[in-house]
Amino acid sequence: MTRHEWPLFEVFVRAKRGLNHVHVGSLRAADHEMALHHARDLYTRRNEGVSIWVVRSDQVAASDPAEKPSFFEPSADKVYRHPTHYTIPSTVPHI
Amino acid sequence: MTDFALFDQAIARDQRIEPADEMPERYRSTMIRQIAQHAHSEIIGMQPEGEWITRAPTLRRKAILLAKVQDEAGHGLYLYSAAETLGADRGDLTQRLIEGRQKYSSIFNYPTLSFADVGVIGWLVDGAAICNQVPLCRSSYGPYARAMIRICKEESFHQRQGYELLLTMMSGTAAQRDMVQDAVDRWWWPSLMMFGPPDADSPNTAQSMAWKIKRHTNDELRQRFVDMSVPQAAELGVTLPDPELAWNASRDHYDFGQPDWDELRRVISGGGAMNEQRIARRRQADTDGAWVREAAAAHAAKNLEVAR
Ligand SMILES: [Fe+2]
Ligand SMILES: [Fe+2]
Repeated sequence: MTRHEWPLFEVFVRAKRGLNHVHVGSLRAADHEMALHHARDLYTRRNEGVSIWVVRSDQVAASDPAEKPSFFEPSADKVYRHPTHYTIPSTVPHI
Repeated sequence: MTDFALFDQAIARDQRIEPADEMPERYRSTMIRQIAQHAHSEIIGMQPEGEWITRAPTLRRKAILLAKVQDEAGHGLYLYSAAETLGADRGDLTQRLIEGRQKYSSIFNYPTLSFADVGVIGWLVDGAAICNQVPLCRSSYGPYARAMIRICKEESFHQRQGYELLLTMMSGTAAQRDMVQDAVDRWWWPSLMMFGPPDADSPNTAQSMAWKIKRHTNDELRQRFVDMSVPQAAELGVTLPDPELAWNASRDHYDFGQPDWDELRRVISGGGAMNEQRIARRRQADTDGAWVREAAAAHAAKNLEVAR
């Protein structure tokens, strides 16, 4: 199989001030600088962004979806972390 | 119970499949093939219209056409990005395209003979692409569906600039109106073929619908396209080259004739007017760009060493 000459980068775009960077896709580039330029041309042709992050795809660590149940289970039984867990008389204002 | 209980459950609940999920091997290979073919179509699709960039009649039309062709490059790249989430490699996919081992849409194997073709491609070819792509925004494979959302947002500009171009030509001289009608005559049937063979001859449709990769059959989408296009043609003042085209009140749809399916088979298997040239040009671009890609990679490697 022919491999592409350049590594893969993941691209994150901040749509406007006040918002987080959001993952939009990936691209191929020789280095980070080229990845930023390509990301601008590819993902922000219509003012979709005010800031871009690029991260080499092989540098991303991800949780394993097969372990999803055990990985995320610890949060399932802690109902007391949610405000609805607490009963407050309706006469108490602003709470 | 299959080995893919989580996959089956996600499909049944209309949830998206994401890259790291376990999935049946046939789902993965079907998805890679479909996304790659779609990406190749966007990339090859730059050529027919690209031929008119230097010959556009005004600076405004040139700027519009440049932007449109650049969008198609972008669509190809969004889709290669989606294909890579499934373990495909972009360099390998390009290789498969230029060796003829993977296909692209038959529509791009027809020549663009006049500037009216640019307008008709925007109106009919991008119009048909929109019909195909809007339901794919809900396709079961997450990265594909998200790429389609991005693409659909951009396609509307493509169709409208084409239609506006045609409106302008139709308000011009008799010769210009004839150019538009001639382009419509040549592109109408190939546009109908873009939806693929009739359902009865489309063996993969059932599985793709079960996996919710596809949401509608080829014939359903073709009908939708015809119903949309007929009033647009009337408004434009052109005739669609189908004597069987007629409103059917009992179906609430237009009846229409069948495209020449032998022609579709012939063009898909390499017999179209432009097949050879399209691939030759893509191969040439890949070859011409090889030293740039290698030099950039070498430069990046050297910079990395200096930094250490
Ligand atoms: Fe496109
Ligand atoms: Fe388009």
